[in-house]
This record gives sequence, structure tokens and C-alpha cells, in this order.
Amino acid sequence: MELRKQHDNRNLAPDIPDEWFVPKAKDEDAAEAVVRPSLSYWQDAWRRLLKNKLAMAGLFFLIALAFMAIFGPMISPHDVSQQSLANQNLPPSSKYWFGTDELGRDVFARTWYGARISLFVGIVAAMIDFAIGVIYGGIAGYKGGRTDNAMMRVVEILYGLPYLLVVILISVVMGPGLFTIIFALSVTGWVGMARIVRGQVLQIKNYEFVLASKTFGTKTSRIIKKNLLPNTMGPIIVQMTLTVPSAIFAEAFLSFLGLGIQPPFASWGSMANDGLSTILSGHWWRLFFPAFFISLTMFSFNVLGDGLQDALDPKLRR
Amino acid sequence: MTGYIIKRLIAMVVTLWFIITLTFFLMHSIPGSPFNEERNTSEAVQRNMEKFYHLDEPLYVQYGMYLKSVATFDFGPSIKKSSQTVNEMLGRGFPVSFELGIVTLIVAVFSGIALGIIAALRHNGFIDYLAMTIAVLGISVPNFVLATLLIQQLAVNLAILPVATWSSPKHMILPTLALATGPMAIIARLTRSSMLEVLTQDYIKTAKAKGLSPVKIVFKHALRNALLPVVTVLGSLAASILTGTFVIEKIFAIPGMGKYFVESINTRDYPVIMGTTVFYSSILIIMLFLVDIAYGVLDPRIKLHKKEAS
Repeated sequence: MELRKQHDNRNLAPDIPDEWFVPKAKDEDAAEAVVRPSLSYWQDAWRRLLKNKLAMAGLFFLIALAFMAIFGPMISPHDVSQQSLANQNLPPSSKYWFGTDELGRDVFARTWYGARISLFVGIVAAMIDFAIGVIYGGIAGYKGGRTDNAMMRVVEILYGLPYLLVVILISVVMGPGLFTIIFALSVTGWVGMARIVRGQVLQIKNYEFVLASKTFGTKTSRIIKKNLLPNTMGPIIVQMTLTVPSAIFAEAFLSFLGLGIQPPFASWGSMANDGLSTILSGHWWRLFFPAFFISLTMFSFNVLGDGLQDALDPKLRR
Repeated sequence: MTGYIIKRLIAMVVTLWFIITLTFFLMHSIPGSPFNEERNTSEAVQRNMEKFYHLDEPLYVQYGMYLKSVATFDFGPSIKKSSQTVNEMLGRGFPVSFELGIVTLIVAVFSGIALGIIAALRHNGFIDYLAMTIAVLGISVPNFVLATLLIQQLAVNLAILPVATWSSPKHMILPTLALATGPMAIIARLTRSSMLEVLTQDYIKTAKAKGLSPVKIVFKHALRNALLPVVTVLGSLAASILTGTFVIEKIFAIPGMGKYFVESINTRDYPVIMGTTVFYSSILIIMLFLVDIAYGVLDPRIKLHKKEAS
């Protein structure tokens, strides 16, 4: 009669006889019932992301941009590199939706063609960063000790390198082009990802559920695949959504210095660079459209990244 | 602390050496020689020129000479502009670039922190949304686009500010604005989020309970802790401002180091490329080093040598 004693101690109900206390019938089902809908980590994150209006707007813009990058050049009645000397530098009209450039090429078609290149650069660079960074950081974090120390020394040196200077140097050496840009961006880009993954793995590998797995004799590869990686995915995804815009930005920057995509191909960066020189003669559309879509892409990735950061953080769960 | 500084100094030298070596071998793996364009020079003249710049020596000898010249801060003569040495170019360009960079950094840091504090104090209010909209736009718009827009609107259409060059304080406004907006946005966002976190802490409640004025709470108690994340990004921000100066100097025709760097890339002027790269990198690495030290001084909780060990 634990309860009774407590009451006695506090002198609240001294005269109630023991017989009055009847244990309540146990209702196993009710006790075990899950009141809140059971959500996996990803379902919960998705639910929270859906509530974030800004992030959803970013996601919507990105889907729209990707759609236009695929179908835009097909929708346009004009070919990407088709020149027409009779139609130089025309302002936007019903015939040329975004106007034409100094060779009479359709800016609408070129903008979406450029979108392909810019998005391709961003996504491929992010994927390479992901592949190298996860493997490198994963090994360093999981092995720990001396291996980790040695591997992180390399990362430290690379991290101290001025990123854009190295990219510029590599572009100078390899000659401008799509492959060069992606290569140059990947050489130093994976370092940030490796640091994040290593930090996460270092933390998670000491958690009880990993220890339990080890006790059961699970193979290392399976522990990495099933226990460590899924739990590091949150920060990794956030990092990737931030890598894509910075790669697109770097491409635009290189194109601006004349080290990017070379004609007849176009990217947003090279189009903006071409457009810059003509802005003072009033051909605003040549700078406006590529610059606008660079900014929109950066904006979308940034707000989506912020939203994902909040959504994937279990501490912010409500 | 001393042990940590020594360790960091060694790491710094290794990184610098790495950059110097990387730059050297990358430059020398470029196909073609800097004299390729001058087709009408006879073979003998070309050989003499190569001899003058030691381009005829084996690579490891050139590498050794290069390390020696870097150690003595003498980057030798330019190949394309034979009357000038790289040191002269740096001496002329650096003060201008430095001025642009420092003014930009100061503007970005102060306006960014101010914007962040205001946004955090008016959390979820109109001012907060306005400040964060400005910040996201600042991150999203590339600086060369912003620079062009500023020139077109303020310098050409309204004609209240000069279009280009670098001679009076009035000339500095547009380049600084174009270059500072991105870093300012990053600082504003960081300050806001860390400020929001700090403001919920118990010691702030204590300060409020003691009846301290809001100004004192914000500036004396909250800000000091909220600024730590800002200090950590200062190093990489300085890097982005530095590389940003290439573009801004090109657009505004500012006679800084970026101009020589971009020119030397296009003309394959090896000594100038290597000299400017090494110079830029040294500045950056020293900045990162100083930021790390400052971080340790600002936050007594951080035991630097322990951080190094983990």
C-alpha cells in the first residue's frame, strides 16, 4: 500500500480504510495505444517542410526551373545558336519573348539552354562532393585515432586554400570548358562535406544503438550503411542544397572572368557577362534574364536549404 | 595556447608551401610558352629570352629558384610587361585593393550586425521579415549583377555618383556597396539566428530581472556571445571579398591587384600569376589564422589545444 503510506505521511486522509482502494482493471490495449500518428523521421521532416511556405516556394521554383531547362529550348520557336543578322538586339516581343542578342540569337532559347548548363554544373558538382566527402569523412570519422588525424591534416590544408583562386588556376591550366569547371569545383569542394560527415560519424558511432549493433556482431559495412549514414543524412542534404548554388555562382564567376563556358555554348554566367557590356546601350534584357534566373535559383536553393535545415533537425520537432 | 599557436603556424607554412608548389607546377603544365604569340622573333632571340627568365633550366632547378625568390619576397620581372617587376605591380595594386577590401569588410560587418540585431529584437515582426528578405536577396544576387544595376541606376540614369575609377570617396561608394551586400547578408543572417538563441538564455532573463536597460542587455550581455559565429565566418568572408574584388575592379576599372591578376591569367604571364596567387593566398591564410586566434581569445570556454587534439 504504497499510496496509503504516502497519504499518511502527508496527513491528508488518515481515516480511509484500505479496502476502499480497488486496483483499476488493466487495459493493455489502451495503455499501448499510439495517440500521435506514428511518423518516421523522413515523414516528419517532410510534414514540417510542407508547413514552411518559403521553402515550398523555393522547391516550386526549382521544379519549374528544372522543367523549363528540359523543355524550354523545345518550346521556343527559335534554335539556340541560330543567328539572324536582320534581328540583332531586338527587345522582348511576341516573336522573341526575351529579345535577341547581338548576333540575332533568341535570348529565350539561350536562357533555358544556359539553365541546363548551370543546373548541370551545380548538381554534378554537388554529387561529386557528396560521393568523395561521404566516403572520406565516413572513413576518417569511423576509424578515428591516427587515421582520422592524418586524414584531417589533409583536409585542413585543403580547407585553408583560397577556393576560387585554385579554381581559377585549374581553369587556366586545363583551358575553359564544362568539364574543367566541374573538375575545378570538385577538387576543393568535397572538403566541407568531408568535415561535416566526419563530425557526425564521430558523434553517432558512440551512441548505444551502434554499440548494440556491434554487440550482435554486425559487419562494419552494414553498420556504416544502416546505422551511421541514415543518421548523418540530414546535415548532408542541407550541405548539398548549399553546394549547388555556390557551384552555380562559381561557374557564373568563372564565365565572367572569361574562364567559363565558351561560345557557341551558353550558361547564365557567360550570358550575363556578354550582357554586361551592352547594358549601357540600353539592351537591358540581355543581362536581365540570365541574371534574374541566377538570382532566382540561388534564392530557391537558399530558402529550401534553410527550410530543410529546420525540418531535418530533430530538436526543432513540435 | 602557445603550443596551439605554434602548431597553427606550422600548418600555415605547410599550406602556403602547398599553394606555392601547386601554383608552380600547374603554371608549368600549361601547354605553350608565354612567347608563343611573338611569332616574328627568331629562334635565337626566343632562346635568349627563355634564358633570361630561366625557362630553359630543368623544372626542379626552376622550382628551387622559385622557392628561394618567394622566401625573399622577390617575384622577379613580369614577362609581358618587361619594364615592370611583379613586386612593383603588387606595390601599386595592393594599397588600392586593400582599401576597397577593408572598407567593404567594415561596411559589411557593421551593417550586417546591425541588421541582424534589429531583426532578432523584432522577431517575426515586419522589420524582421524585411531585414531577412534583404539578406536573402543579398545572398542571391551575384555581385557583378548588383554592380551593373548600381552603375546603370545611380551613375547613368540619375548621374549622382561617378561611373568608375577610384580617386575620391565619392568613387568608393558604388564598388563598396556592390561588394559588401553579399557578406553583409551572410553576417545579418548569422547574427540574427545566434542572437535569437542567446536571447532565450537564462542569464538574459536574469539581466532583465535585475532591471538593466534593454540597450545594456543587448550590447553588453547578449551581443558578445552572439557574435562568436560571426567571428568564425570572418575568415571565409574575407576570402570571398578578396576574390570579389577581381570582378568589381574589372567592372569599375579600379587599378587594384585584381586587374593585374585577371590580365596575367589571360596573357599567361607566369611570374605575375604566381606572384599574385601566392600573395593573395598568404593574406587569406594569415586572416584565417588570426580569426582562429581571435576566436580563442573571445570565447574562454574554448580550449584551443584541446580542439586541436580531438
